[in-house]
Amino acid sequence: MSQTMNQSMLRAGGLRKEYGREASLVRAVDGVDLDVLAGETVAVMGPSGCGKSTLLHLLGGLDRATAGQIWLAGQWIDQMSERRLAALRRDAVGFVFQAFHLMDELTAVENVELPALLAGRSPRAARRRATELLDQVGLGDRARHLPSELSGGQRQRVAIARALANAPLIVLADEPTGNLDSEATLDVLRLFESLHEAGQTLVIVTHDARIAATADRLISMRDGAFIDETRLTGGTSGQLSALVNLDG
Amino acid sequence: MSRVWLVGRLAIRDLRHNLPHALLLLVAITVAMATLTLGLILHGVTARPYWQTRVATNGPDVVASSVGFAGPAGISAAALGRFDALAHAPGVTAHSGPYPVAWPVLRFGRVTADVMAEGRSPARAAVDQPDVVQGSWVRPGGVVVEREFADALGVHVGDRISLAGRRFRVVGIAVTAAVPVYSQVCFYGGCSGPPGARPSFDTGLVWLTEAVARSLGTAANPVTYYLNLRLAYPASAPAFVRAHQPPPGTGPLALTAWRSLRDAAATVVVQEQQVLLPASWLLGLLAMASVAVLAGGRMAAGDRRVGLLKAVGGTPALAAAVLLAEYLVIALGAAAAGLLTGRLVAPLLASPGASLVGGPGAVHLGGLTVLLVTAAAIAIAGVSTVVPAVRAARISAVAALAEVVRPPGRQDWLIRLSARLPVALLLGMRLATRRLRRPLLSCVSFAITGSAIVAVLIFHASVRGHAGQSGPEGPGDAQVSQLLLMLTVVFVLLAAVNVLAITWATVLDTRRFSAIVRSLGATRRQTTAGLTAAQLLPAFAGLLLAIPAGKQLYAAVQNGGPQASPSGWWLLVMVTGTLLAVAGLTAIPARIGARQPIAAVLTEA
Repeated sequence: MSQTMNQSMLRAGGLRKEYGREASLVRAVDGVDLDVLAGETVAVMGPSGCGKSTLLHLLGGLDRATAGQIWLAGQWIDQMSERRLAALRRDAVGFVFQAFHLMDELTAVENVELPALLAGRSPRAARRRATELLDQVGLGDRARHLPSELSGGQRQRVAIARALANAPLIVLADEPTGNLDSEATLDVLRLFESLHEAGQTLVIVTHDARIAATADRLISMRDGAFIDETRLTGGTSGQLSALVNLDG
Repeated sequence: MSRVWLVGRLAIRDLRHNLPHALLLLVAITVAMATLTLGLILHGVTARPYWQTRVATNGPDVVASSVGFAGPAGISAAALGRFDALAHAPGVTAHSGPYPVAWPVLRFGRVTADVMAEGRSPARAAVDQPDVVQGSWVRPGGVVVEREFADALGVHVGDRISLAGRRFRVVGIAVTAAVPVYSQVCFYGGCSGPPGARPSFDTGLVWLTEAVARSLGTAANPVTYYLNLRLAYPASAPAFVRAHQPPPGTGPLALTAWRSLRDAAATVVVQEQQVLLPASWLLGLLAMASVAVLAGGRMAAGDRRVGLLKAVGGTPALAAAVLLAEYLVIALGAAAAGLLTGRLVAPLLASPGASLVGGPGAVHLGGLTVLLVTAAAIAIAGVSTVVPAVRAARISAVAALAEVVRPPGRQDWLIRLSARLPVALLLGMRLATRRLRRPLLSCVSFAITGSAIVAVLIFHASVRGHAGQSGPEGPGDAQVSQLLLMLTVVFVLLAAVNVLAITWATVLDTRRFSAIVRSLGATRRQTTAGLTAAQLLPAFAGLLLAIPAGKQLYAAVQNGGPQASPSGWWLLVMVTGTLLAVAGLTAIPARIGARQPIAAVLTEA
């Protein structure tokens, strides 16, 4: 899944999502245009309720837009059947949620291997990949623990490993540090940093300035629309701790 | 007192708020209680028709028969002498006979049947003068057919039948209290028949002239004799039988007291009771499963309510009491409805058949029946709601208000096994094992329904086995068959309610699970198939258990009677048909569940 820089990985044009009708009409996303290049990390910031999460759900095919178009890896996804959209989520997108959304009854390694099993990989291959990913996120020794036996930061790292299970083209993270303390936030930031270095395309929705500062590009959002866009020089590579001032 | 009023008021309010749920429970328990009521109140309902027939026909107190003791040359002089001695024994006030009885084969159209053909005088007898309900009494060339037997054959006055190859016209239809009702004719006095033929279970009764009866006897199938006795004290009939019955094997007489004939008259109803009582317990278990499933499905909403109660000062006992009171109200309602339904349906099942005159009269609900049915209904509701009630008492107000989701269960080996299966089965197995109680209840529900169906299949196979293809259908078999059909429908409906309730509870409980797997790439079809598989797996296990359980159930109900094996094809049809029905039923709630937007579920979770 290697992609060269400057190649568009995710593109949205005139994207709108509306709820309700007439007087009670709410525009959660209102005419958003977005172009995310391969290997780029884009942070979308804004206050609670500004439509960030809704935008992420639309970009990842979890929800359907009211209007506008979305292209993911060159495929126009708006008119895709549910089945093809599911296949796209499985093979091309990795989600990281604020609430982790791990299966409570599955161990860390079982959670991480689940997307690969859903994609039809052999149990052995799925387990091998899951174990590698858990090692990569520093939880190799916690592989057989249930989510209830892990800290918040550890759970989020398991969720990130799960998002990477099928080597997605893009990872969409919705407030990935929203439920974490400072130390766990730093762990997750480091993880995103290493993903960025490895060329993984990332879109992170957050209201945390520290995590937004690690992106290549920062987009501000309010009332469903983009109001500002800032290109951050060089991203965070190698300077994360200093940048976010978390290493004490 | 105010506390009781408060509990009652809260319970009634909640029931009104969840009316569909309460009605489903009411129906499930009512069905079981109506069946139990029927099983209990049918006891003894045929005594009255027997007495009416006995009065109408001058029925005997004791019947003596020489079946099994006639040689090729007919009955011996010694045996005839024994009949004479009996007729003049102390305590005997009147007698009729001994009448010659031949055992030919009757043919009517394509139907053949073994027959007890009793030779009678055209003159009226002092004891046992059959009551002619249609046509006339015996005359040369004419036979009178016992009414239930005539119904089974489809014979009417004026039809022609053949006996041992000789043609006769049916001149009358009659009933008697001297011979057990059809198809129990051979039950006490025994039966004879053509040599080499297998013993008949469904011998019918006809009357013809004595001369014709004697002429139908052959050396290989000789005539036997029947003597009817009236005693000064009918209550002394059992003692009279004990005093005059020769020791076994020393013949030549077999004596039967009137109480045995009365009991034989209840055969059809007893057969129904044999079906109804175990069916009521099985339906009770099924209802218990329904209550447990429905109560479990409302656990989250119930918790929130308990939290509110506790937050405003309610004690744990109050929270539990409200929950128990709700189900107590439903149980009492179901008991009342069940008793009423049973009382109304009972006359339809209380008919002893056409062998007797008169009807069973009013069926009464005894105090014991009311007590037993009410206790059973309360027990069903109570046992099924103990878990939610204890939980309501124990859960903290904060946890209850926060609707803390119970952690799902985990079975290591099933998770490992499911990883090797196709996605739908992987999801199905994992869904099924998250709340193990639910698939267990589903498995029990299908085991109960399936065992009832297997028992019905065995019944039909057994009836076909002993009646033969050309024989008439016994009245008991026909009535029991109808009853079984009705009960099977009830079993299937209750099982269907359980399937829908369990699937819907699973859909509600697994909204987050489904949304997560869909966000990871599972398709709607896969999650729907997973939910369906989660219902099919316990259903399949239950049906497999049902096959041996159904055989055991039939054996227990039959109490050692003949038992055939149901055809393998029918069992296959039952299993595949049930699984297809389950797949169809679960597809509806499963599809509704799969349509829920992923983003909305994950956002609210």
